[in-house]
Amino acid sequence: MSTTTVPYRPEQHAGRDGFGPLLRAEWTKFRTVRGWGTGLLVGCLLIVGLGALTGANSVCSDATPQNPNGVACPAPSTGPGGEWVDDSFYFVRQPLAGNGSITVRVTSLTGLYGTHPSQAAGIVPTAGMVPGVQPWSKAGIIIKASAAQGSAYAAMMVTGSHGVRMQWDFTHDVAGLAGSVSAASPRWLRLTRSGDVISGYDSADGVHWTLVGTATLTGLPATAQGGLFATTPGHTVISNSPGTTSAKGGPALATGVLDHVSRQGAWAAGRWTGQEIHRPLDNPLPASAMGFTQAGDRFTVSGSGDIAPSGAEAGSTAAQTLTGTFAGLIAVVVIGVMFITAEYRRGLILTTFSASPRRGRVLAAKAIVLAAVTFVASLIAIVITIPLGEHLLRENGNPIFPLTALTEAQIAGGTAALLAVSAVLALAVGALLRRSAGAVTAVIACIVLPYLLAVLPGVLPGGAEEWLVRVTPAAAFAIQQIVPAYPQVYASYTPGSGYFPLAPWAGFAVLCAWAALALALATYTLHRRDV
Amino acid sequence: MRQSLHAEWTKLRTVAGPGWLLLAAIALTAAAGAIAANAVNCPGGGCQVDPAKVSLTGIYLGQAIVAIVAVTAVSGEYSTGMIRLTLTATPRRWQVLAAKAAVVGAATLVTGAVAALASVLAGGLLLARHGIVPAHGYEALSLGNGTILRAAAGSVLYLALIALLGLGVATVIRDSAVAIGVVLGLLYLFPIIASFVSDPDWHRHLNQISPMTAGLYVQASTGLRSLPLTPWQGLGVLAIWAAGAMLGGGLLLRYRDA
Repeated sequence: MSTTTVPYRPEQHAGRDGFGPLLRAEWTKFRTVRGWGTGLLVGCLLIVGLGALTGANSVCSDATPQNPNGVACPAPSTGPGGEWVDDSFYFVRQPLAGNGSITVRVTSLTGLYGTHPSQAAGIVPTAGMVPGVQPWSKAGIIIKASAAQGSAYAAMMVTGSHGVRMQWDFTHDVAGLAGSVSAASPRWLRLTRSGDVISGYDSADGVHWTLVGTATLTGLPATAQGGLFATTPGHTVISNSPGTTSAKGGPALATGVLDHVSRQGAWAAGRWTGQEIHRPLDNPLPASAMGFTQAGDRFTVSGSGDIAPSGAEAGSTAAQTLTGTFAGLIAVVVIGVMFITAEYRRGLILTTFSASPRRGRVLAAKAIVLAAVTFVASLIAIVITIPLGEHLLRENGNPIFPLTALTEAQIAGGTAALLAVSAVLALAVGALLRRSAGAVTAVIACIVLPYLLAVLPGVLPGGAEEWLVRVTPAAAFAIQQIVPAYPQVYASYTPGSGYFPLAPWAGFAVLCAWAALALALATYTLHRRDV
Repeated sequence: MRQSLHAEWTKLRTVAGPGWLLLAAIALTAAAGAIAANAVNCPGGGCQVDPAKVSLTGIYLGQAIVAIVAVTAVSGEYSTGMIRLTLTATPRRWQVLAAKAAVVGAATLVTGAVAALASVLAGGLLLARHGIVPAHGYEALSLGNGTILRAAAGSVLYLALIALLGLGVATVIRDSAVAIGVVLGLLYLFPIIASFVSDPDWHRHLNQISPMTAGLYVQASTGLRSLPLTPWQGLGVLAIWAAGAMLGGGLLLRYRDA
């Protein structure tokens, strides 16, 4: 009778099927192919080079036909929040040395505007201008830290077609009573100061008051300036017609009639001082058009300009130094596709799948290695490009839009992350299609082409471009948007001017969703297919 | 030469890829043009619409597919190793490149003609429904109109020149992914960089030398005075790029190994 035999078990250790060795294998594959490292280096050099090229060739000077030797463009004034602001209006003021309040009744807001931009000759007489008020013409009462541009303020105002508003510190805007003002439907406005807190009230009849908003202006000096003001942005017609977006118009003047002016509290009992706070260089209206007249407690104030955030058109932003992102993107997409299709072409894919039968993990390891290498390389390139580009822009006279450290980190890290996720998307599409030329074209057509069609004038009818930058992976370029779109400023908010419909990280999430979808599809097909 | 042409035609038609890709190019060009024409919203007229350019918008997509066909016609030979057989059979390397250019160019011309015809027809129907008609002062979208005929024929030539550009670049860079990356980079990067540069002189020069922007001036039917080049001059810029690429590719093909 035979004894039971013990089955033969070879002396083998359990296979090294961990994820760590798989990562190491993919990293070895990436770094030992000389062309891929070189390609990544070329991409980084393109980012730096194109940023430097754009910086060196963007010259800004305030040379005019009267003064051909211009100096660098002046930087706009900054508001309390650090952003660039327009702060020009006609101020009829008195000092307020403590707590107090001011109440007025506005009975009319009218205006004049010109339909053509100012001629180079300079002053434009008001005689030839058309009567009409702008949507954001403003007249009302204001309490301001001082008469300096960009100082903190809180204002209650009637506007041309947006009713009563309370605005403070340039970026805050709250709506009050709707409807336009006239002698038959006047608007009563009140501002009450208590320390650093200013509250705004409005009323239709002067008896029943509604609190519109409360502004806390930290650091408001004990003696602030308070009084009446009038101002209006220029007449602008933005046509988003199919083909082009153009803005044209001319200068404008607003005149408000305010009566029943009464004040309580620590006001100096002196005369009212009228002062024009800053005239923009391109405002051609004569100084005599601005001013105020007083008849008892009835004031007529005329002014021109705007009290609003001014966006970045007066200079350049850090995002303009990142022109090379697109060149780097093409390089990174090519490398991402080649990372997977080269295995198919050489037959190495058979070895890879034999060594690691779990195919989803192979794709995941590739994605991690590719994303990490791309992120690090592009972050280094971007961190070099932004200061270099800004230095060149400053040398050429461009004021640089002030950014907080957080926003700079968002732009730099966000763009590097955009490149990394695009590389992963390219990897997934390459695994799906297994053909390198088709995969590269498909990914570039999804990311770069929608951005191009949205930014180029004259290609798409207006409206279609917004849809393109919301839905396609090109939405991720919203991460480079620096200046938010303010509803209280009428301007052209299109991708061509750097304003994207989605918030920065929302746009990036769209790209991530596309990449996740592509990875899921690729994993599914890898499991189903032969190789 | 006749045998080279026959050989290249056999290579092109017996692989499934190019045929389907060219059909997809026709379909995508016409579809994109129809979508763009349908999105025009101009009640009552008076907007700055260029009817030819809007209905031929699909060229932006069609050119990418045509570039793939041209690039894979060359780099496919290198990746499979068939280039050695081809060059052994036809030692005169210029003849090989010329035959490829002729066959791929002819196939692209036919594709482009069908695509442009479909785009103009679809665009004409859809734009008429949105008020872009001659009665409101726009060009009539029919091939009898000289301007529209120039835009459509120019777009067909544009596609053929893109194919030649792709062929030349792929002969220089024998890898398909890098070659298509370079071709798409050449096409898309110039207008993007031009939109970032604020200096008007640089802006103008970049638009004048850009293969895609200058080449597509041939489609313009309105606002011709504001373009930095005339339509045919623009197409000539693209022709210079394509000729340069073919010359570079031919020289490298002649003097390199294989």
